[in-house]
Amino acid sequence: MQRVILSLVFIVLSQPSQAALSVFACEPEWGALVREIGGDRVKVYTATNALQDPHHVQARPALISHLRRADLAVCTGAELEIGWLPVLLRKAGNARIRNGSPGLFMAAEQVQRLEIPRQLTRANGDVHASGNPHINTDPRRLAQVATALEKRLAEIDPAGSADYQHHYQDFAARWTAAIQRWRKQGEALRGKGWVVYHDQWVYLEDWLGIHRLGELEPKPGLPPTPAHLAELTTRLANQPPAMIVRAAMMDPRPARWLANKLDVPVVELPFTVGGADGAGDLFGLFDVTLKRLVGALE
Amino acid sequence: MHSFPLRVAMARVCGSLAISTSVFLPMVSHAASDQDVAELKAMIQQLRHDYEARIDTLEARLTQAEKAEAPTQSEQPSQPVSLPAPTPTPVAAASAFNPSIGVVLSGALRSYSNPAGNVPGFLGGGESAPGAEGLSLGESEISLSADIDNRFSGKLTASLADDDGETSIELEEAFLEAAIGNGMRLKGGRFLSNIGYLNPRHAHTDDFADRPLPYRLMLNGAYKDDGVGFAWVAPTDRYLEFGGEYLRGGQFPAAGAGHAGMGAWTAYLTLGDDIGFSGSWQAGLSYLDARADERLSGDPGAEDSFSGDSHLWIADAIWKWAPNGDPTLRNFKLQGEFFWRDEDGDFTPNGGTALPYSGRQRGWYVQAVYQFMPQWRFGSRIAGLNADDPGAALAGGALDPLGHDPRDYSLMLDWSNSEFSRLRLQYTYDKSTRQANNAWTLQYIMSLGAHGAHTY
Repeated sequence: MQRVILSLVFIVLSQPSQAALSVFACEPEWGALVREIGGDRVKVYTATNALQDPHHVQARPALISHLRRADLAVCTGAELEIGWLPVLLRKAGNARIRNGSPGLFMAAEQVQRLEIPRQLTRANGDVHASGNPHINTDPRRLAQVATALEKRLAEIDPAGSADYQHHYQDFAARWTAAIQRWRKQGEALRGKGWVVYHDQWVYLEDWLGIHRLGELEPKPGLPPTPAHLAELTTRLANQPPAMIVRAAMMDPRPARWLANKLDVPVVELPFTVGGADGAGDLFGLFDVTLKRLVGALE
Repeated sequence: MHSFPLRVAMARVCGSLAISTSVFLPMVSHAASDQDVAELKAMIQQLRHDYEARIDTLEARLTQAEKAEAPTQSEQPSQPVSLPAPTPTPVAAASAFNPSIGVVLSGALRSYSNPAGNVPGFLGGGESAPGAEGLSLGESEISLSADIDNRFSGKLTASLADDDGETSIELEEAFLEAAIGNGMRLKGGRFLSNIGYLNPRHAHTDDFADRPLPYRLMLNGAYKDDGVGFAWVAPTDRYLEFGGEYLRGGQFPAAGAGHAGMGAWTAYLTLGDDIGFSGSWQAGLSYLDARADERLSGDPGAEDSFSGDSHLWIADAIWKWAPNGDPTLRNFKLQGEFFWRDEDGDFTPNGGTALPYSGRQRGWYVQAVYQFMPQWRFGSRIAGLNADDPGAALAGGALDPLGHDPRDYSLMLDWSNSEFSRLRLQYTYDKSTRQANNAWTLQYIMSLGAHGAHTY
């Protein structure tokens, strides 16, 4: 009996030291990456899902209450969340997570960014001064983010540094092997041209050597207009793209319309974790992406 | 764990160091014996040999690694393909420390079938009437905001308005905010009080061209004042925030900065959560206790005044819905607020003597806004007021509702080219005064420069 009581007391007392690190992930890809590296040591809350456009998320009450209790927030940065994250940070009143503190991890700051505008004017649409924020479409950049994230987790939770390193090495080995595989699969896409809905694939284009022939949005962030789609049809009639891609979160109708006009396939890509069946984790995300892209060529 | 290029570079540096040492060796060899020199030469030879061998192997492995199929890459997980270093966050110049500047431009064209009059039963402030008829410029707001240091941030908002040919600058907000930690934050300066749902929000984010009736008549648009505020978000799964403010009491519905310049205080409680992926809600209850010393009504023709205590309760609720929580294509929101106000004190009609007054007033509105396709939103709103009969002594005066329950019914349609620009058409059947008014408003709201994130 005494033993039972003692072990119960021990369980109760040991609970706090076992308390998982609470992580607030702005987007599903970072939630998935934190789970890979954090393992059992982290409890992840993902603020958005794959069907939500991360530019336009509302600063909902539930997001404030989760950010208030978080030990670490992992977001994209590069002004992707400019429309909602600052309000959450301000209202949450969490001293662990504020601009400049280690508790606020910005993935886009860990990699080289593309499309940094030379001229900053909203006449060019919703442009980001720090460059294109959609870095999650390049697995090489994800690997760089993973490296930095492992260090950050160890900095915030030094007791778990051995665990984080172990998980990281395991992930990195599997990831590197997967990149080889995806790259080989993606060889067929090199040099091909495509049309995208929103300029959110530049890093994938950079990785696989795909040329972007146009965007369905007349300017980044503005919905497609009939005039712009008509202009695209005329312009692309002579050099039709291999496919039109859109993320699961984007309106399917404009892509379908243009695809009919040009007689090319539309490919719906998951864009992030959870955006399609089989894209439940980061590996699945690129497996599905590559499979669908290569499939569209046949 | 070193990467390939780093190791190669290190090996090269060591190798060339050995080589350059051997080149310069004859110059110092006078001091050393022949045997020493021979020994050194042999050592260096050995070193050079070792490094050259290592460089060769490393270079061979590098070439192998550079081929896509290179199996050795699995040993070097962080370097699947060499990518350039992270882009530093761009810092333009010294101006990077300048505050963010945001400007809101608004203007309207209004048409009324009957000129706006006084709402019976209510003593409004100067902003209680709907906007001027015809073409007019709305408030143009300039706001500056920045982090002050790692603890404080500050914001200043000034609004410029044109009153009868004279441009006036009004200080809308000038406050600092500090995050204390553990969900607590402090605010100090002039700010919009956190009572109700619409009160802390800037009018340019409203869904209708005018504030609802209870806001216009009971809070003069919005209650803002000088003071300090405190808020605490509880560490719960469901969003739960408590807060309170101590304010000077110089602005409507307070007046005269009573109680030695601490004439008003507020307390509020806000709850909120998600309902599945698509829905979310927030509800709140707030209280404003204000001391009014000679609060003048905004009616320039007859400046009645009120001195006494004003107690206001506001209950607010909002429900938002968007398919899968993504409001880009379609979204819907339903919101409503209810006001109860008790005022006790003395009412002094223009040029008359003070009369005791104690009465209760109520106000409410319910509105729904639906974005049915990208850029386009449609909305409707019903708002109403109700005031107790103030008694025989005040019969026929401004506080006598004359048996009339003020109401207005609005429909609006707006189009936003981007999130920074909006054009709106609104129709209001206005029965707030005893004479019905058909009001049409065509409005634009544009934001330039830094545009702060919007609260829920």
